[in-house]
Amino acid sequence: MNYEAVIGLEVHAELLTKTKIFCNCTTEFGGEPNTHVCPVCLGLPGTLPVLNKKVVEYAVKAGLALNCEISKFSKMDRKNYFYPDLPKAYQISQYDLPLCKNGYVEIETSDGAKKKIGLTRIHIEEDAGKLMHENVDGSLVDYNRTGVPLIEIVSEPDMSTPEEAYLYLTKLKSVLEYSEVSDCKMQEGSLRVDTNVSVRPAGSKEFGTKIELKNLNSFKAVQKALEYEIKRQIKLLENGETIVQETRRWNEQKGITESMRSKEEAHDYRYFPDPDLVPIIVSDEWKEEIRKSLPEMPEHKKERFVTQYGIPEYDASVITSSKPLADFFEKCVLEYSSAKTVSNWIMGEMMRLLKETGKEVEEVLIKPHQMASLLNLIDNGTITGSIAKTVFEEMFATGKNPEEIVEEKGLKQLSNEDELREIALKVIEDNPKSVEDYKNGKDKAIGFLVGQIMKATKGKANPQLANKILLEELSK
Amino acid sequence: MELHELTIHELNDLLKKKEVSAVEVTNSYLKRINEVEPKVDALICETADFAIKKAEEADKMIRDGNINDLTGIPVVIKDNMCTENIRTTCASKMLEDFIPPYNATVVENLNSLGAVMVGKANLDEFAMGSSTENSAFKTTKNPWDLERVPGGSSGGSAASVAADECAFSLGSDTGGSIRQPASLCGVVGMKPTYGLVSRYGLVAFASSLDQIGPITKDVTDCAIVLNAITGHDPKDSTSVDNVRKSDYKEFLKDEIKGMKIGYAKEFFRQGLDEGVKKSIENALKTFEELGAEIREISLKYMDYALAAYYIVASAEASSNLARYDGIRYGHAAEKYEDLIDMYMVSRSEGFGKEVKRRIMLGTYALSSGYYDAYYNKALKVRTLIKQDYEKAFQDVDVIVGPTSPTVAFKIGERVEDPLAMYLADVYTVPVNIAGLPGLSLPCGLSEGLPVGLQIVGKHFDEGTILNAAYAFEKACNFTAKPSFKGGAK
Repeated sequence: MNYEAVIGLEVHAELLTKTKIFCNCTTEFGGEPNTHVCPVCLGLPGTLPVLNKKVVEYAVKAGLALNCEISKFSKMDRKNYFYPDLPKAYQISQYDLPLCKNGYVEIETSDGAKKKIGLTRIHIEEDAGKLMHENVDGSLVDYNRTGVPLIEIVSEPDMSTPEEAYLYLTKLKSVLEYSEVSDCKMQEGSLRVDTNVSVRPAGSKEFGTKIELKNLNSFKAVQKALEYEIKRQIKLLENGETIVQETRRWNEQKGITESMRSKEEAHDYRYFPDPDLVPIIVSDEWKEEIRKSLPEMPEHKKERFVTQYGIPEYDASVITSSKPLADFFEKCVLEYSSAKTVSNWIMGEMMRLLKETGKEVEEVLIKPHQMASLLNLIDNGTITGSIAKTVFEEMFATGKNPEEIVEEKGLKQLSNEDELREIALKVIEDNPKSVEDYKNGKDKAIGFLVGQIMKATKGKANPQLANKILLEELSK
Repeated sequence: MELHELTIHELNDLLKKKEVSAVEVTNSYLKRINEVEPKVDALICETADFAIKKAEEADKMIRDGNINDLTGIPVVIKDNMCTENIRTTCASKMLEDFIPPYNATVVENLNSLGAVMVGKANLDEFAMGSSTENSAFKTTKNPWDLERVPGGSSGGSAASVAADECAFSLGSDTGGSIRQPASLCGVVGMKPTYGLVSRYGLVAFASSLDQIGPITKDVTDCAIVLNAITGHDPKDSTSVDNVRKSDYKEFLKDEIKGMKIGYAKEFFRQGLDEGVKKSIENALKTFEELGAEIREISLKYMDYALAAYYIVASAEASSNLARYDGIRYGHAAEKYEDLIDMYMVSRSEGFGKEVKRRIMLGTYALSSGYYDAYYNKALKVRTLIKQDYEKAFQDVDVIVGPTSPTVAFKIGERVEDPLAMYLADVYTVPVNIAGLPGLSLPCGLSEGLPVGLQIVGKHFDEGTILNAAYAFEKACNFTAKPSFKGGAK
């Protein structure tokens, strides 16, 4: 039998506000334990929460960027449960009236098909603290994160492959980054993903038993965990076994999912409207004001790049996948007219170095005008294309001007005919076999000989000139 | 007359004329506390050293010409309002050692005016109760008869005013906790409109019902204290910011000719003591003689108020009190097996019987499967009661009636019968449900014990209530004082 998977994702994203959701404590990451706290976020007796207006604004912004309806009237609810990381023993969240609902994210699968993934809701809530069990007798709690504002983005179970889940997350992250509501740093917990997955016979309308996957530290992990879990579930079904609803953890080292042995008992959060907080009213005026503050979204930017700069759609989609990358591209194009050349360099050398060094685009030291200078140096024959890669690497590492690097390291292109001829003669003398091959009609041998000239000149030889001189000498 | 027998405005006159100093006033009260506190047990803690320091600061303010209505005036604060660096216990073992690093906004307000806190008042644990017998530390006695309860939960606050241990006190009122003890102790107590006074720093019982208010010796003092504690607080989002701040003293006029005063026929029925009924009927006559127009109204959903109240209040309490888990502050179990056991033992040991009863009731009412049957239903009743009042206030300016169906009852009398205890608040609860302002003032004696008259007004119409109360106070001329009779053998 053929099976298909049904996947839904819950994403928690930390909002980029400077202060917490219900008090004026900083949201800055890290800090000595329990230094970013006050009586309000610690839930001390008598304290009251006051909703940070910026949190609503950012959440509405995210909602608009993700094509949601914005609720004119919503409210905060209490979700009651005991745990040491939760100071009030309830989390203030939104239950039946979320701030945003019915949105979607459009993804493009590898076969070029477009698919809309529905968003059930986006609601705002406070984060909890962090328990530490290591190197101590007992457990300790750090409440620095309590009250950090989060949005929870709940998708419809619209994804059917791990790849779609991956694409959805990538797209979601880029939209959140674009709208500047979250920095989406997974390593700092700014973005956290839980996934629900079930399998069913292909074409069936009914849902299978759903498994929740936790401990997913990267989008790749989400994809891998889903791939594993789907196979596991199909195997169970094929063996005639039943799937038990449970929460499983992804074990990155072993590459498997494991049961978290969570208790069977159903949670009863006893949600009810938080009487300490007044309802949230989003007027049409306010909503429009927020809409106007939204920057251009990736799809629009991509289309604009294709028409305005004439770069291929593929290039445009790669470059606009990250806002900082797109910004860098546009600034470069302002200084250098061939957009395709710029996009080649960004997609090639720059993205390679970013991957190798693990740097963020924002950290790149190369200024757009320096990039333009580098490309001009190639155009005017000062350096060769291959030397330019070396120069680029140095620029990436140090932020120096390309001219300076070329000067310091003596990387100027060698275009002196006499000098090149001397080297060419040496190469001919040293490689009789290749010369023989060439004379016997193997044109390819010329390439090898040019390569030898390049090698001898450490890549500085003007390739056209070297070619011309070689042909002259060989035909003598 | 001794200084401690005076009202705020009388003390203020003396302080203004520099006939006495704030330190002298404070010392007179501290001496009085030493004398009567062993009989009354109104206070959980006395803050003598702190009070002298504050009185000295008040004297400096007075010397600098900065005197206002409350400068140098001794006050007792109910021990569920946070006081910076001073223990705030809520009369619970759970918070026995809790020292807040902040002041409640009302305390901050009083401090800035130069009021002098002389102690913190006993209460029913976490403000749950109608007799102050639920305190984990002591039972407060009614100064009129030491074998009787002072009412609750602000029993300590009311008794301390009645016993002249302070010039005024602050109480909190969730279902009648200011008005009912004020009634039983023969003093003036007011629950302002929900949202008029900041709740920041008031240890929450039921957030949608709790409101802080004054307990004073007369209506004038009530207006003075109300002036001091009202106003928008950015730290409490339920505190209103669109109501113009009034000077409540401007409403203290004895002219009420033409004022339309309503009474509900539902007030006079089974359970209402004959003596109380008589006093209330007399009060209505007095109003009539003052030229007010008396109208009968109907509050037909009143019967359901108590039931709705115990659902909503307990539901909110179960959530508000969940934070007392032994992890961060307060009582923590010494012996336990695991995390869940630690919670259970800490909470079992830290909370008293009544608090546990309400937590269980509230948890049940909110649990899935019962939410609609109880909590949601209670919210619907709440709406109906609000509409009852809205309709009534189309015809009348204020509604008067009994504050409590009985005078002070005997200590221990209702302890084993929680439902009988809950009936003590039957006249006050609907007012909290509707978020309205209500004031209780003495209107006579029954069996030698004070009877309270409740005056309820429209939202944010404290002024009209004060006007009616002031006129009545003048006409009624209630001058009886507590006798401190009886008491432990």
